[in-house]
Amino acid sequence: MRRLMLSMPALLLAAPAMAADLNVTVQIPQLDVAEYHRPYTAVWIEREDHSVAAQLAVWYAQKESKEGAGTKWLPELRQWWRRGGRELQLPIDGVSGATRPAGDQKLSFHDGKAPLGPLPAGKYELVVEAAREVGGREVVRVPFTWPASAPQQLAAKGSSELGAVKLDLAP
Amino acid sequence: MLKQTLKWSALALALSLPLAAEAHKMWLVPSATNVSGADPWVTVDAAVSNDLFYPDHMPVALDRVTVIAPDGQAVQPEHGVTGQYRSVFDVHLTQPGTYKVAVINGGLFANYELNGEKKRWRGDATELAKAIPAGAKNVDVSESINRVETFVTNGKPSDMALKPTGRGLELVPVTSFTDLAADEPATFQLLLDGKPAAGLKVVAIAGETRYRNAQEELDVTTGKDGKFSLKWPHAGMYWISASTQDDKASVKPAKQRRLSYAATLEVLPQ
Repeated sequence: MRRLMLSMPALLLAAPAMAADLNVTVQIPQLDVAEYHRPYTAVWIEREDHSVAAQLAVWYAQKESKEGAGTKWLPELRQWWRRGGRELQLPIDGVSGATRPAGDQKLSFHDGKAPLGPLPAGKYELVVEAAREVGGREVVRVPFTWPASAPQQLAAKGSSELGAVKLDLAP
Repeated sequence: MLKQTLKWSALALALSLPLAAEAHKMWLVPSATNVSGADPWVTVDAAVSNDLFYPDHMPVALDRVTVIAPDGQAVQPEHGVTGQYRSVFDVHLTQPGTYKVAVINGGLFANYELNGEKKRWRGDATELAKAIPAGAKNVDVSESINRVETFVTNGKPSDMALKPTGRGLELVPVTSFTDLAADEPATFQLLLDGKPAAGLKVVAIAGETRYRNAQEELDVTTGKDGKFSLKWPHAGMYWISASTQDDKASVKPAKQRRLSYAATLEVLPQ
């Protein structure tokens, strides 16, 4: 009986986690500036100690050059770079890609599948960082608990280089 | 020609002075401390001045510059040029990891009297015996070891290049030298001849001193383990320094030894 009681919650936790989804919308704002370049952008998940739990996306200039396909400027995504960006061997399938235009950029991730991978239950922050050539830099964080017990819509808003960052969790 | 000679002897004198409070500051400023990409380079300014980091006094002699690559081997700085107020050189970061750029100065200094006249001499140990005339009186010889450094990381930081040489004052990281952010405390360890340098004052001053009315020094004292922590009030390039003296001169008849260390560290916004 005692064993059954212990394993019940474990089962309850494990079952929804198998199918859990994490959907992210990153709004890249339309900016009225003389010289516009699409922002370098990184999306990742941090644990409470700020270590990286998952690298979800990094968008940078893909044009080939002697200095590398835009990788020269990746340290401009300062937090991402310090917190783990510099550990990566780019490009990474399903994570790295070209810079995106202004508008809502939608991303979907599934528990157990790359790049999210199996995310253990716990408290996390979704982090989005954007840095624009001859522009500014901004970091937006959305705290969340994983897995969600019911569908959950979380959001935070940037003030300059990022618009709304939405995080939809499906149990 | 004479002008050139004067300039260089003045430079030698400037280099020979310890980095005491009243002395000019010697510094290196790299164009970036974190780089990436297929072919990264940084360019470094090297000068001696009062205000940080404005080259308005003396250039650093390029032959004093040492660059240690992440594999621990010395590599050549490139495109070196010395102007009136500063030297400039490039570092080609062909290896991943942390590079150490250092200017190491030092040598022997003698004050003596000859026929009632006060004389000074500067040189190295091999020249000392010949340099002081037989009739010299009140001969006072001292040794100095001065080290000025900065650090640049290509990709992920590494620490092979940061291994202390075990000679003079040196700094080793607890917090990575190229991983500093405003409002985040950073801890480093000061070593003297490879052993913890306890109870030494360390001063940190942010650059752009021209645009404020006070030095706004941060002062800390190293603990028994030589460690100290600094919390950077804002982002910027900081010059941190420490100096001391002892009687452990390596060459006779020098008794006193003067030591100094300074590093330029970049603190980024969080």
